[in-house]
Amino acid sequence: MKIRSFANFIKHDKNMMFSIILLSITLVMILIGVFSKYDPSQYFLFPKSEPPSRSNIMGTTSLGQDTFLTLAKALPNSLLIGSMAAVISRILAVFLGTFGGYKGGKTDGVISVIAESFIVIPRLPLLILIAFTFKQQLNILSMGFILAILDWGWPSKRYRSQILSLKEREFTQNAKFSGMGDVEIILKEFMPFLIPYIIVDIISGIIWAIGMETTLSVLGLFDLEIPTVGTMIYWANYHNAIYRGIWWWWGFPVIFLIITIFGLYLLSASLQNYLDPQTRIQRIKVSKEEVKE
Amino acid sequence: MKKGFLNYFIPRIIQWLIVIFIGITVAFIIPRLSPVDPVETVLNKMTGYSVMNPEAVEELRESLQAMFGTEKNIFVQYGEFWLRLLKGDLGPSLTMFPVPVIDVILTSLPWSMFLLLTAIVIAWILGIFIGTITALNSKKKWAKILEGFVTFLYPIPHYILALVLLFLFAYLIPIFPLTGAYGMGITPQFNMQFLFQIIKHSFLPALSIILVSLGWRALSQKALVSNLLSSDFMKYAKIGGVPKQTRFFYLISNSALPQVTDLALSLGTVFSGSLIVEVVFSYPGLGQVLQSAILQGDYNTMIGIVTFSIIAIATASLILDLLYPLLDPRIRRS
Repeated sequence: MKIRSFANFIKHDKNMMFSIILLSITLVMILIGVFSKYDPSQYFLFPKSEPPSRSNIMGTTSLGQDTFLTLAKALPNSLLIGSMAAVISRILAVFLGTFGGYKGGKTDGVISVIAESFIVIPRLPLLILIAFTFKQQLNILSMGFILAILDWGWPSKRYRSQILSLKEREFTQNAKFSGMGDVEIILKEFMPFLIPYIIVDIISGIIWAIGMETTLSVLGLFDLEIPTVGTMIYWANYHNAIYRGIWWWWGFPVIFLIITIFGLYLLSASLQNYLDPQTRIQRIKVSKEEVKE
Repeated sequence: MKKGFLNYFIPRIIQWLIVIFIGITVAFIIPRLSPVDPVETVLNKMTGYSVMNPEAVEELRESLQAMFGTEKNIFVQYGEFWLRLLKGDLGPSLTMFPVPVIDVILTSLPWSMFLLLTAIVIAWILGIFIGTITALNSKKKWAKILEGFVTFLYPIPHYILALVLLFLFAYLIPIFPLTGAYGMGITPQFNMQFLFQIIKHSFLPALSIILVSLGWRALSQKALVSNLLSSDFMKYAKIGGVPKQTRFFYLISNSALPQVTDLALSLGTVFSGSLIVEVVFSYPGLGQVLQSAILQGDYNTMIGIVTFSIIAIATASLILDLLYPLLDPRIRRS
């Protein structure tokens, strides 16, 4: 029954269908990357700067790497950084947003003002300063963490406004009078309402973090030996690939980055649509009519 | 009446001060968390590039120690940092020693401002326009295609879009120049030809910023207009026979206000995007200064740009916030 309703949902939602197609391309690439034994840091295993051919379907780089396999190794790394940044920043945001919204008063005021500041501050220059300072310590883990510290402002503001409206509902009072503690109310009563929004938020966080990782890597502010989409483009720029006509070196990373990002974006858009109460009512009507037919 | 104004202004000014305070404090703390001594690292990097005479090295070390003051108490350092900042002193640039960082920023600032302001204004107006017409014609095919197009552009990072545009329209089909702000060997002067050169050179950078910001503006405007269309006053206006142009004006004036607030909040993101776009197109703005500072390890310039951009963006968004009551009759009257 559930599978059928899900299938029905996809049929009505073109965004979801398109996003599944795009993300499965990414998934295939990731699986290839995870299972292949290719090591991108081994240079000159292949002839240099060869255009796409039957033996190297995406050509080779000027460093003698296979572009396809390097990209297959790079894409999971980029996604890993993005997911880590998104998850950490959302955990932070949930904690601060719900706590502030629930407590109200001065605590809420202080947290909101700080969150607002993190929204207004231009983040790229600050990220550049942080990444430059800790350049020797940069790896996948620390990069995810650095990106996370700067990306909790918006989501915490959203969760706070959710909590403010949930707080006024009757069940909160019921829970309070039946002797539940604050932490228990937030975890047991409010979380079920928040989780769908957090999931959508994590996806949009991944998109931002992947973009920022790419930007920082292109500027050389990452461990350039770790293959990511950004470092691939960095090395392509370093060897002037654009002006030398080696388009496959930077073109394929760009194409796969766009496929991944757009797939994720469509997924978040369709989930958001699914969660929106207004469209939910419309959908129930449509599916009821179908049952009648 | 006066009290209402103060109630509106004072919290915003306090918020502005707090944004600057937090931003500057972060910019102060980060270099001090560095596991290696910034003074020695910078010195090694600077002297590694070129042979400097010992006096200059000593002078450089002194200014670096004044900047990072590793031997003084951290609170004293923090106080001195603020004092220098209030005097508008961001320290000397290390690569162009002893030119002050603030001078380096001010020379590149007009280019950045020109590019950024043009792009923001065009993207804002165009985004609102596209959002409104797609909401009004949501059943038509062309509106759906237009919406799909802006939706596709919106999540793409600035760097990637700029790179693709550079490749397509400067390398593959060379309509636009690859780099710079005006042609090589041309001296800046005020005439039509020079103006045309500038427009031609800033077209692609501006387009990259516009296309990305356009998506969000158009999508949010569409949501706003769709809500307005189903609101009571729009329905009454239609039934009451208010002409179409007047109703269109109602829509725009009611939806433009939230978009002003939104613009104030999104300035930081657009600014970050324009920095990286400037790097891609070698446009002589702040982005380029920042990139060369990264390449040459010019820590002072980097901190200077971070501090400057935090103050500038916070102030710009404060100005937009303060303009808001002038635009909104409801706040103006209360």
